[in-house]
Amino acid sequence: MIKSYKLRRRLSNALIYFILAVLGIIWITPLIWMVLHSFRGEGGSAVHYLMPKTFTFQHYIELFTDTSLLNFPRWFLNTLIVAIFACIISTLSVLMVSYTFSRLRFKARKPLINVGMILGMFPGFMTMIAIYYLLKALDLTQTLPALVICYSAGAGLGFQISKGFFDTIPRALDEAATIDGATKNQIFWKIILPMSKPILVYTILTSFIGPWTDFILVKIIMGDSRNNYTVSIGLQLMTSQNYVSKYFQRFLAGSTLVAIPISILFLKMQNYYVEGVTAGGVKG
Amino acid sequence: MKYIDYVQLNPFQRAGFKIKTFFKNLPGALKKFFIMLGNFFKKLALGIVHSFASYGRRFAKGDATTKLSYLIMGAGNAAKGQYIKGLIFFLLEVGYGAFLAFFGFEYISKFGTLGTSNGGYEYINGRPVKVEGDNSMLILLYGVMTIILTVIFLVVYVTNTKSAYKVQTLKENGEHIPTFVEEMKQFTDEKFHVTMLSIPVLLIGTFSILPLVFMILIAFTTFRPPNLPPNSLFTWNGLHTFSEVFSTKGGASMGHTFLVLTEWTIIWAICATFLNYIMGMVVALMINKKGIKLKALWRTLFVITVAVPQFVTLLVMNQMLQLDTGAINVLLQNLGFEQIDFINGEAWVARVTVIVINLWVGIPYTILITSGILMNIPADLYESATIDGAGPWKSFTKITLPYMIFVTTPYLITTFISNINNFNVIYLLTNGSPTNENLYTGAGYTDLLVTWLFKLTMSNQDYNYAAAIGILVFIVCASLSLITFNLTKSAKDEEAFS
Repeated sequence: MIKSYKLRRRLSNALIYFILAVLGIIWITPLIWMVLHSFRGEGGSAVHYLMPKTFTFQHYIELFTDTSLLNFPRWFLNTLIVAIFACIISTLSVLMVSYTFSRLRFKARKPLINVGMILGMFPGFMTMIAIYYLLKALDLTQTLPALVICYSAGAGLGFQISKGFFDTIPRALDEAATIDGATKNQIFWKIILPMSKPILVYTILTSFIGPWTDFILVKIIMGDSRNNYTVSIGLQLMTSQNYVSKYFQRFLAGSTLVAIPISILFLKMQNYYVEGVTAGGVKG
Repeated sequence: MKYIDYVQLNPFQRAGFKIKTFFKNLPGALKKFFIMLGNFFKKLALGIVHSFASYGRRFAKGDATTKLSYLIMGAGNAAKGQYIKGLIFFLLEVGYGAFLAFFGFEYISKFGTLGTSNGGYEYINGRPVKVEGDNSMLILLYGVMTIILTVIFLVVYVTNTKSAYKVQTLKENGEHIPTFVEEMKQFTDEKFHVTMLSIPVLLIGTFSILPLVFMILIAFTTFRPPNLPPNSLFTWNGLHTFSEVFSTKGGASMGHTFLVLTEWTIIWAICATFLNYIMGMVVALMINKKGIKLKALWRTLFVITVAVPQFVTLLVMNQMLQLDTGAINVLLQNLGFEQIDFINGEAWVARVTVIVINLWVGIPYTILITSGILMNIPADLYESATIDGAGPWKSFTKITLPYMIFVTTPYLITTFISNINNFNVIYLLTNGSPTNENLYTGAGYTDLLVTWLFKLTMSNQDYNYAAAIGILVFIVCASLSLITFNLTKSAKDEEAFS
């Protein structure tokens, strides 16, 4: 009996290993394909085989040196700058809004929370056209500050997740601090923020990655000002019909270069990420 | 039914029971809702009447300078020694006046018609001189802006009268009148919420609320070709846009397209949410099974696809799916099969393709999110189920699934809503293709309502249709969220831990 049980378990484990291996291959193949073909030595956009025959760094070098038509290093720098500023502003406003709604009690609190939730439910890019003309009125279209504004202005509406986190910090802490003479301002900076590392990391992470992956807004705001593109729309441009035959492998190389830092960042922070999502979205 | 009876039901009976009670309670819930709505408006009206009354009362009781500050803001404060505060009120009044005189008034006066003059040439002394016409869109945008600023100004104005009266009473009672510095200090403590919210509210007001009001109003205008500013005008047309969106007259009508795409959006959202959820959970269970080694490796293998920016993987996928040159078709040819036109071929092929690719995108995400929760399911539940003779399938459907669905309902519904609005996958993978002449210009069979909205604004310039569709999507999402919000206790129990 015991033997057959062991055998059965082994069999089922073997089956699971097999399934996991197959699935793992399916999942990782596109990424490996991307990396391998970015090093492919033979030119042309398309080849009738899956494994490159020769390898070269050529496309990476060209990506950074041949910037006359499509300026990848510039795009990379643009994205980095926008991401840093957007990250700072949106993290601050998310934390400020969620702390206020979670800890402070005032008359307009409930109505404001409801308004915030309702605003969050409109499809985001319904407002794009209006934002475009607003930025035009401010004479900001086709500039990087416009992007920073777009990515961080509405950030305060995403307060639910961190509010959920702040709700779990015992209020007794605030009360004790108040008795000791701390103002609400001091409580926020000296007590609550140091305790909020998971949600802080989550907010920073998501708002930093945002500008790297968005392209709708960039497309509308930047129009044909190619020097101010970010990587996402730049890479998409490389796959458009006019460029794809010449730039296909540079597109793969550029994608790899964007993917590596973002992936490392994400893998390092994934626990915070999971904690962040489940803190607000999952309740027992 | 008592709780003990309820627990003994199987999931389907439970769902049936829930649906039954939902409909049984519906009239009551609706009644409650309308009573709530009525109460809200009653409160609002009472509030307005009340504030008008106290506004008048303050005027009657006020001394000369308080009365003066009803006309010249800040006069009352300045007269009682609060010079800086008084000056700030006064400057705000002057600023608003200047804004209205030099900018706002022109737009607000044309708001009712959205402009009448088309522009063109006027003959002065026999010579043609170009005359700038009205720009309906700018009138609408700046009109909304002026209205919002006016409301803000009214609030400031009432605050000013209150403040003036308050200083007056303080002075009459011989109490200490706070200095400017003392009042500023309040903003780090009692009024800290004002400090904290001011900047975010300003940003959200300018870049979310103002554009949103603008776009909602667009749905009630004729803003579509040929009425495109700056060369021609558009105007208000009530609910006409909505009836056009629903009209099924003509060949490639809006109404037909709307129905087809709504149906697909719902199918898509259901598949994308629940297939990803269940299959992701199965994989997560496999990884976490006792006796499986290299757990970290398996996990990383999947999670790395979440980590890579979505647009990168989707663009790569798009390239891999291309006809002739795409890696998948090359593989098919090498294996001796026919090529498949994944993107521009049959409608159902493209639809299945995006759902399958979305599995590739979504399953690792589910693994990432659910792994932790899955580990929290008490192991003795499974053990006793195994002793009772349950196989892996039975324990999955009877233990794992009910437990997980119970715990993650809010997550599921937010995922569902974000799938309705899942722009990236469709836009990058197929851009809505295959298009068809039976559908409204530009729309394709894999278009979701949101990608169609995007196309309507960007390529067709049918702004009013796009706005109307946006409002409809909003209504669906909002009612779904409302239901979730009521289902979860997190809203009611927000102070449970504190």
